[in-house]
Amino acid sequence: MDETTDISHAKTQKRQEETKTLHPLVELTLMRVREFLREKEAVFWVFIFPVLMTFALGIAFRNTAPDKTLVAIEGEDAKATELASVLSRSPEISASVLSPEQAAQALRSGKVSIVVKPTNDSFEYHFDPTRPESRTARLLVDDALQRGKGRTDVVSVGEQKITEPGARYVDFLVPGLIGMNLMGSGLWGLGFTVVIARSRKLLKRFAATPMHRSHYLLSFMLSRLIFLVLEVAAVIIFASLAFGFTVRGSWLSVTLITMLGGFTFSGIGLLVAARPTTIEGVSGLMNFIMLPMWLLSGTFFSSERFPHVLQPFIQALPLTALNNVLRALMNEGASLSSNWIPIGILLFWCVISFIVALKIFRWQ
Amino acid sequence: MSTQTSTRPVALRCSGLVKRFTDVTAVNGLDLEVFAGECFGLLGPNGAGKTTTVEILEGLTPSDEGEVELLGRHWTSGNDRALRERIGVQLQETQLAEKVTVVETLRLFRSFYQRGHGVDEVIHTVALEEKRNARVGKLSGGQKQRLAVACALVSDPELLFLDEPTTGLDPQARLSLWDIVEKFRAGGGTILLTTHYMEEAERLCDRVAIMDHGKMIALGTPAELIESLGADQIIEFSVTKELEEDPVQRLPAVSHLHKRSDVYALTVSEIGVALPALLAEIERQQSELVTLTTHQATLEDVFVSLTGRMLRDG
Repeated sequence: MDETTDISHAKTQKRQEETKTLHPLVELTLMRVREFLREKEAVFWVFIFPVLMTFALGIAFRNTAPDKTLVAIEGEDAKATELASVLSRSPEISASVLSPEQAAQALRSGKVSIVVKPTNDSFEYHFDPTRPESRTARLLVDDALQRGKGRTDVVSVGEQKITEPGARYVDFLVPGLIGMNLMGSGLWGLGFTVVIARSRKLLKRFAATPMHRSHYLLSFMLSRLIFLVLEVAAVIIFASLAFGFTVRGSWLSVTLITMLGGFTFSGIGLLVAARPTTIEGVSGLMNFIMLPMWLLSGTFFSSERFPHVLQPFIQALPLTALNNVLRALMNEGASLSSNWIPIGILLFWCVISFIVALKIFRWQ
Repeated sequence: MSTQTSTRPVALRCSGLVKRFTDVTAVNGLDLEVFAGECFGLLGPNGAGKTTTVEILEGLTPSDEGEVELLGRHWTSGNDRALRERIGVQLQETQLAEKVTVVETLRLFRSFYQRGHGVDEVIHTVALEEKRNARVGKLSGGQKQRLAVACALVSDPELLFLDEPTTGLDPQARLSLWDIVEKFRAGGGTILLTTHYMEEAERLCDRVAIMDHGKMIALGTPAELIESLGADQIIEFSVTKELEEDPVQRLPAVSHLHKRSDVYALTVSEIGVALPALLAEIERQQSELVTLTTHQATLEDVFVSLTGRMLRDG
């Protein structure tokens, strides 16, 4: 009898040694990491989706010969046919002869960028000046027609076509995708996890233990840091393999800024999740916060294109700041110090959102 | 009784507790005293204010009025952590994270406390060794509840709060949870337990407070409370033709008659005397017996006699 209890006692002791617990902050962070890695969908959205997106957009906007400008010529007489042959001599124009109705229809639906209507001795251009491709088409068509009538260049100019790495659309796109991805994973990752824990009364249960509340919130930061490195690396490595993307600035600066971006959006995620008790509530709030940044912060095209009056607002958005710094570092090889304004904006959002989130956080 | 209370150390005391929500007063002037080493039951239907009371005592919900003293201390923002080290809490609705395993969950909870049991020791206590590496989402209801209790036990607390620990569990799972509670109590721990199951309170609790509408309506050991009915047997019966109630109430050894829909419940002290008299009375009133059952009086009967309602009516 004594012997068996001794053995089982020894066994228990040995097992206890096996499952030592670590510092609460480490245990909490481990919990985050485990929960994330065991959620297959989350892994897809954070790691696979951005890579697929880079791939799709990189292919869609890859550098092939620029598309020809499509032009319609109105009228069915010999004059129109002659005009078409003049225009088609230009390598950048593809002209077709259409009836007036067909031509108007083609212009309306965007099939052609401009309609040329022959008049007695001249031409008339029908186009929509608010469409950039129509304005380009007008210049190309006019140039081709004037040359056809005998105009010559006053000065001959040299041309150098630049499509080298660093100035292509994909080079512009990758930093933007990284920024957008950091925003998405920070907000969704934190927001949902916190609100689910709250709605399942898990936050209340933690509040009933001597756990340091700051440890709980810090564990989100630490786990984000781990995944951030992986998700940014996934996009950069893929883009460099598939499209020859290169980072011109220093890797240290890029690492520091992605960390700052990750922390900033974690803070905003925490702020968004500080009060809501339902998934519906937090989803609405997250969309409300992210939508303006998706639209305005220059992920897919430069935010400079938006009207001047909106610029102060757009530049103050954390995603605009992050995208701008990332592009400066990756595309232009700029230094951190020359980007102190957007870095300052990011730091501001990071600190403010954390402080406010801690103040208003609801544990039950 | 009063001499006893003055000598026994008190683990938990509250007085004049009031908690109002916008539409209802959940706790309405509650005084409680739980002695060290006892298992104290808060019994009452759903909505009686049990959970609100417990969460105030646990320092999770502030009360509007009244005082709480726990292990000789009060909830303040200052020494909360020291106090939390010494209590174990199982909340009624907590759902632990589903994607992590039993042992990972317990390691997390253990890490919050300065001292406590080993994780495997607690897994053994709640008999979850086979599920040690299973994810929480894969556990049965009873196993989840045992894990929830294990999370409360892992700090080796002096005072354990269990809020409806067996609600919704099958009888087998309930029995195994009762074992865990009894073991903790045998080790000298103090327990405050809420339940709306009578048999649970009778089996586990040294003393029981019956709550209704935020107030305590009875307090004592289960035996004392049942004794207060002045009877120890209940005869429940139904008849073909409605009975005149007065003569039935005056039958020998009958202390109380209660009618609920078409079932009569007769509280009697000596069933050997009361039953023949009842049968004779039914015949005299030219009615016929349809059903008849008898059982030992329980806390359920105490609740019915105090409120006129069944516990499960809520």
